Amino acid sequence: MAAMAPRLILTPQQFSITINRLCHQLIEVHDDFSDSVIIGLQPRGVNLARRIRQTLQEILKNDKILYGELDTTFYRDDFRKKDLVPNQTNINFIIEGKNVVLIDDVLFTGRTIRAGLDAMMAFGRPNDVELMVLVDRRFSRNLPIQAKYVGVTVDTISSEKVKVDWKENDGEDHIWLLTND
Amino acid sequence: MSRKLSVKHLLGIKQLTTDDIELILSTADHFKEVINRPIKKVPSLRDITIANLFFENSTRTRTSFELAERRLSADTVNFAASNSSVKKGETLIDTVNNILAMKVDMVVMRHPNPGACVFLSKHIDAKIVNAGDGAHEHPTQALLDAFSIREKHGTVKGKKIVIVGDVLHSRVALSNIFCLQKLGAEVMVCGPRTLMPRYISSLGVKVEYDLRKALEWCDVANMLRIQLERQDIKFFPTLREYTMQYGLDMDLLNSIGKEITIMHPGPINRGVEITSEVADSANSIILDQVENGVAVRMAVLYLLAGRSDD
Repeated sequence: MAAMAPRLILTPQQFSITINRLCHQLIEVHDDFSDSVIIGLQPRGVNLARRIRQTLQEILKNDKILYGELDTTFYRDDFRKKDLVPNQTNINFIIEGKNVVLIDDVLFTGRTIRAGLDAMMAFGRPNDVELMVLVDRRFSRNLPIQAKYVGVTVDTISSEKVKVDWKENDGEDHIWLLTND
Repeated sequence: MSRKLSVKHLLGIKQLTTDDIELILSTADHFKEVINRPIKKVPSLRDITIANLFFENSTRTRTSFELAERRLSADTVNFAASNSSVKKGETLIDTVNNILAMKVDMVVMRHPNPGACVFLSKHIDAKIVNAGDGAHEHPTQALLDAFSIREKHGTVKGKKIVIVGDVLHSRVALSNIFCLQKLGAEVMVCGPRTLMPRYISSLGVKVEYDLRKALEWCDVANMLRIQLERQDIKFFPTLREYTMQYGLDMDLLNSIGKEITIMHPGPINRGVEITSEVADSANSIILDQVENGVAVRMAVLYLLAGRSDD
């Protein structure tokens, strides 16, 4: 059977509202980010993390927010089950005692986040860790992991796919639900 | 770029494709970042046991492999031939099979006989990494040399590299020639005629007997160690004469009139192939080579252990 047409979950306008809301939720908790750091998970979480960082800088007029990008490849549990290609890790600070906001684009099984939590510990012992995702695929978790900040929640089955477009790479911001059967 | 190696073992550079080499180097970039973290360890190989079989002495390579293995969280067992049953007459296959019977997944082996790893790979199941076999190949050294050149110069392609000294007895030279050529570099060898293999030019390298001319040509000079322990006959009259002809000192280096990157696979015979001044000079990347060795070996072990099809 042919694949069904992709369903649009977020339009560019809704997308931007969502990013702004997530930033304000962060500011509620983290104030001026003097004790907090933002870490985007490679490869796709960094798109959201960069956008959040940029928006926070504009709102807070603060360009000193600590920001890093973390690759989880060497910590994954599906090593040897598929060929994994590492991405860059870029964290030039220690997270010891910091409040960490871990950012990924889509929360699905929770395995990437599990690996991310492990990988992060190589940079120190954080005071507190929170998770932010743009899309929470409810009912598909393999591990007891929940996000504190969620852009949009979708109910999906495992044959469906969530695709996030970024205007930096794809021209416009969208979230799509793709169905393959 | 490919996502996995085309080979199951790392027996030599000769068996690798250019894609394989580039995959190893780009993976090593990530491991270099890992070993500069506060916690220099990742759990990738925590379910893997690696045996380091050294039938020949080694400090640097063995330490480097051991560190690489531990930083990938692999379990390691070390085996040195000097105090083993090899002395009692056990064959290589028996020795290795006995170790593999204890459930070892990978073997890192150095052996005095060329081809020992290739031979072993035909008889056992475990993955094999050649850590030097006689005067044949030393693939991880060549990979870390290429990685260091790439780090210093941005690329290996188009660079001119001269390998100076005891080419005849050097596994580093042969692996380097294969590796650098596959990456698109121009390679020259330089040394006394007695230490030059007879058919070396059939490998497509330039041959030069005058060190000054070689230095004037090159961007990078890789100074090999004179392997006195492999010279069962005299290949040159005295060390002093060798040093006069092929030793690199500051005066010679300064008189060339351009910057040349100095490499050495170690251990250095200070005052023989290069003077202390040159070895410790700003253009020397000898210690970077050692640091990069751990990252490159981590990449090799990671990629071999991570092949998803077996």
